[in-house]
Amino acid sequence: MEFLVASTVGLLTAAGVYLLLRARTFPVVLGLALLTYAVNVFLFAMGRLAINMPPVITATSPGYSDPLPQALVLTAIVISFGMTALLVVLALRAYLESDSDHVDIATDGDLKGGPH
Amino acid sequence: MRPEVALPILIPLLAGALSLAFWRSRAMQRGIGVVGTGVMMLSAWVLLYTTWQEGYLVMHMGNWPAPFGIVLVADLLSAIMVVLAGITGFATAIYSLATLGKRHEHFGYYPLMHLLLAGVNGAFLTGDIFNLYVWFEVMLVASFALLILGGERAQMEGAIKYVTLNLVSSALFLSAIGLLYGLIGTLNMADLADKIAQLEDPGMVKVVAMLFLVAFGIKAAAFPFFFWLPASYHTPQVAVSALFAGLLTKVGVYALFRVFTLIFSLEDPFTQNVLLWMAGLTMLTGVLGAAAQYEFRRILSFHIISQIGYMILGLALFTPLALIGGVFYIMHHIIVKANLFFISGLIYRLKGSYELRELGGVYRSHPWLALLFLIPALSLAGLPPLSGFFAKFILIRAGIEAQAWWLVGVALLVGLLTLYSMVKIWSEVFWKAAPPSAGKTPEPRTRNDALLYLSIGGLALLTVLIGLGAQPVFVLAEQAAAQLLDPRGYIEAVLGGEA
Repeated sequence: MEFLVASTVGLLTAAGVYLLLRARTFPVVLGLALLTYAVNVFLFAMGRLAINMPPVITATSPGYSDPLPQALVLTAIVISFGMTALLVVLALRAYLESDSDHVDIATDGDLKGGPH
Repeated sequence: MRPEVALPILIPLLAGALSLAFWRSRAMQRGIGVVGTGVMMLSAWVLLYTTWQEGYLVMHMGNWPAPFGIVLVADLLSAIMVVLAGITGFATAIYSLATLGKRHEHFGYYPLMHLLLAGVNGAFLTGDIFNLYVWFEVMLVASFALLILGGERAQMEGAIKYVTLNLVSSALFLSAIGLLYGLIGTLNMADLADKIAQLEDPGMVKVVAMLFLVAFGIKAAAFPFFFWLPASYHTPQVAVSALFAGLLTKVGVYALFRVFTLIFSLEDPFTQNVLLWMAGLTMLTGVLGAAAQYEFRRILSFHIISQIGYMILGLALFTPLALIGGVFYIMHHIIVKANLFFISGLIYRLKGSYELRELGGVYRSHPWLALLFLIPALSLAGLPPLSGFFAKFILIRAGIEAQAWWLVGVALLVGLLTLYSMVKIWSEVFWKAAPPSAGKTPEPRTRNDALLYLSIGGLALLTVLIGLGAQPVFVLAEQAAAQLLDPRGYIEAVLGGEA
């Protein structure tokens, strides 16, 4: 179980970083999404992995699963979802504006500048 | 239970909600913009005064006792930062009245500005590390939208880099929080500080410390992580640039100060050396980057980076005097930097360009503006008797006492190069005759120019006051640094009593 979760986090992170480094907006969006998934799973696992345990401590149950990371992950998921949505819109707008999906779109500012 | 701690967060939230309610009324939004930020600034001053009189102020949200619920804590550093946010926000609100066009105001500039200020103040006041993350995100979402307000092509490019890098930083921040929780089992910063010393695994603590360093380093635009800043800060509206330049990176610096004085110890030589190197290289790269630029706001953006280096130096030396210098530097820098961006906007308005080679002759046409530029510019370079001189003086004195010779050398050299940059702007924009090719000079818009001069003059006055009244400001910074150096007070204020 630990091995499975750990390698999932590793795989997601590796894929996310690879896509981020592609410097094209669509892979960057996907890469960020994968990276935040990895972080969310990681955060979740930080409350220790427990199967079939209630999230509250009672006298009868043999143990409990930590409810706090679950609450944290819920917050983090909502935030990262919003951020991804914003990034998608931004990338689309940049593409329509410049006809290029490269992260370094050429701007007028690059053509000017420099000493005279 | 001190509810006034929450006021600097609640007031901008309320003002933002009110401006949303008056979405169609430009006049109402502008009124709420000035009144809301003004009231927020007043509440911040009250908070600083109360913190000065009574020490730590703690508010338990929802009356949950300390390590379980979220707490808001105001110590002197937090209160100082909130006051600076209030000053910058108020000045920006006045400045925006005259500079923003209908197009920007109709797309929600004022609600976003309030939301940004709420996020910034929340980050300054929270005493819970996950809550800090949430306030960071509140601030970031607002800043993303402000950055692309207007929707020009250059803004899009800058924004993509800004958003991507900041999201990566958030991911690192979140994993660091996860690791910390997995190690210690609490999120309350005072509780973390209390329990981290008992850990038997110093290696893991170091890993977490480095993760925090990278995450906050990206937000603060420190040395290897700064490149998003000069790519984006010169693209939005000037009022937005000034607000960002004054506040956003400083939230990263504040987080570094908080985390590395309270939770992680800088007595560990490894962490301290990393921070020292980071400080020195941040100062150098920033100022060298600025030397190569010929666009007004790009020069200023690079100078933000080099100034961040000075603040981190104050933290990294970790002597009482160095921390005083760091706090003093933050106070001086926020006001000066926002003001320089304001001036760049006013000159754009007069001459229609940010390119130094297309500008000129401002001294001849507007001598008073030239004087107003000289105050923050020379203060940034560190000339007496302005605020920047005392900030640099304290830091360099601390560096000499700590015998960090090469850092002292770098700090002095960077001061000199900053002066070079400012003189470059002075001679290109103000001194030389206007180039004949500047044919596209727009007809001067003089509507509401007084408002611009009001913000610029007000901030310049503050710079002079900090310089002339350096002693009381020094005492304030001294108290704040004393609190930072003795985290027991913070821990007892949060956990003691009710816990």
